[in-house]
Amino acid sequence: MNILVCVKQVVARDSVLRIDPDGKWILDDGLTFEMNEPDTYALEEALRLKEKHGGEVIAVTAGPERSASTVREALAKGADRGIHIEDERFAEADTFATAQALAAAIEKEPHDLILTGLQSDDSGFGQTGVVLAELLGLPHATIIMEIDASGNQLRCKRELEAGWYQNVTLPKPALLTIQSGINKVRYATLMGIKRARRKPFTRYTPDDLGIAVTARQRLQRLYQPQQTQQTEFLQGTSREISEQLVAKLRFEARVL
Amino acid sequence: MSVLVVTEQQDGHWHRMSLEAIAAGQEAARALECPFLVAVMGSNVSELAAEVAAKRVSEVVLLDDPCLEQYTADGFSQALRQAIDQLQPALVLFPHTYQVRDLAPKLAASLGKPFVSDAIGMRVENKRPVFVRQLFQGKLNGDVTMEDEGPHFASVQSGAYRADAVEDGASTAAIRSLDLSIDAAGIRATPQQPFREAKDAVDLGAAEIIVSVGRGIQDPDNIPQAEALARALGGELAASRPICDNGWLPLDRQIGSSGQTVSPNLYLALGISGAIQHVVGMKGAKTIVAVNKDPGAPIFEIADYGIVADLFEIVPALVEILEARE
Ligand SMILES: Cc1cc2nc3c(=O)[nH]c(=O)nc-3n(C[C@H](O)[C@H](O)[C@H](O)COP(=O)(O)OP(=O)(O)OC[C@H]3O[C@@H](n4cnc5c(N)ncnc54)[C@H](O)[C@@H]3O)c2cc1C
Repeated sequence: MNILVCVKQVVARDSVLRIDPDGKWILDDGLTFEMNEPDTYALEEALRLKEKHGGEVIAVTAGPERSASTVREALAKGADRGIHIEDERFAEADTFATAQALAAAIEKEPHDLILTGLQSDDSGFGQTGVVLAELLGLPHATIIMEIDASGNQLRCKRELEAGWYQNVTLPKPALLTIQSGINKVRYATLMGIKRARRKPFTRYTPDDLGIAVTARQRLQRLYQPQQTQQTEFLQGTSREISEQLVAKLRFEARVL
Repeated sequence: MSVLVVTEQQDGHWHRMSLEAIAAGQEAARALECPFLVAVMGSNVSELAAEVAAKRVSEVVLLDDPCLEQYTADGFSQALRQAIDQLQPALVLFPHTYQVRDLAPKLAASLGKPFVSDAIGMRVENKRPVFVRQLFQGKLNGDVTMEDEGPHFASVQSGAYRADAVEDGASTAAIRSLDLSIDAAGIRATPQQPFREAKDAVDLGAAEIIVSVGRGIQDPDNIPQAEALARALGGELAASRPICDNGWLPLDRQIGSSGQTVSPNLYLALGISGAIQHVVGMKGAKTIVAVNKDPGAPIFEIADYGIVADLFEIVPALVEILEARE
């Protein structure tokens, strides 16, 4: 079974974000980047399916130069090949531009299954996988918590709202977007990191793939959200804060 | 030109966010000065269409077909493409449900159009919609516009519009039943009936005080500290999703869109950033206290009392004071 897994590099969690002077994106300098968390689960699921059913796992990203390290991380964890569609504009690209690039690269590879994370922690569009499926003409299912690929058809468990689930079967090839928590992700071993250096790594420019990076939705301005709730911030030492809080909960909010 | 809201129902019952989307649509149609249409989709859902006809809508559009009995991305997008073809709306709005996450990007992409997901607001500038959406897990907001001509597609976030703001109509609106021809062979997915996992359900819905831990707790070995606080307050322990994903607390203690929805008197959030999927499960709490070392954490947008500090310093101090009070 040949599995393509789409990964994105995003700014590390708990980073302090500064907006760039023209108010269109965040300032990159001084930030660290990591693999988008839901994508780590998608990668892990791909590796487990390969271990069970054989075949190849190809990690693919559309991103700026720095995102090569995220593809390398995927290789270090066990992916067999890496594909990087490189262009600085992908850092802020909308879903359509990203999905178009991914589709163009994926079309060149035989595939039985395509996995993506269900959304990214930066733009949070939550739709790259679904748009990619549509561009490739494949069926899809989203927010997946279990995959059974042993039969002719894929059997998967979709998460619904409020603790409900649903099983869905799809013909192969298909695209699934993976929910965090579907598995326990592995860490890269030293051996894995060493091996990754020798694994095939394909680099494309958008030109190589004959695609344009044009946005259909445009972020006009990025800004701090306005406080809507009158939050009362408590200050002092931990002891003072705690005493104030207990008093306020008892006498002001009357919930203790 | 019109605004079309696509509602969601299951077995003849509204998804609770359908009304919020209708409220958004009423506002959008007023701002764009155009007719307002509401689509009701499913099989045998004419009763629901009649309910919507009582609201302030120009027309209710009924997409009723046996192929729409159960949701499939292929079936629903076929039906909606036919509706869009016939109605030519300028703007198509959805509630941002899990089903819409599965459907709307496909529908929009099949028409070569972008889809603005999970908007928290909308305004009109130069006769075109400008959407506000959250980025970076709610830490920043962005204003988003769409480049080309409509139809434009967008979904609205849970809680961004109020269901009780939906206005009734002066008279009953007409219901237009669309002729659909859905190719059943083109439906590739086979969905089964939704189910719940058998579990030893802890019902947090009844708890009056909840102490909830997020990724800020850092290590499963630190959970007992939060537990001690819950005990000192006489409350229950709950968590954000990553804590349950990691198996640090059982799944039935998860609060949020995929877990439980609670409205206790007191909700104390420890090291929780306040992502929308968590917030929808607890924003009904009477009093919300947030402890987070990041002053920019979105949880502070909904907190009554905010403490910008290391939870590992605050929690023991709180426990000590509460225990001394006994
Ligand atoms: C379809 C879908 C469904 C989802 N369903 C749910 C759901 O039901 N429930 C849910 O909770 N999430 C859900 N999520 C996930 C959600 O989007 C967030 O990722 C999640 O809520 C984040 O959890 P967190 O706040 O604990 O972690 P983070 O976002 O990582 O936040 C941790 C916070 O802890 C703070 N912190 C760190 N150390 C300390 C310290 N020492 N002292 C004080 N503060 C500290 C940090 O500043 C940060 O704000 C869902 C996501 C999707 C896409």
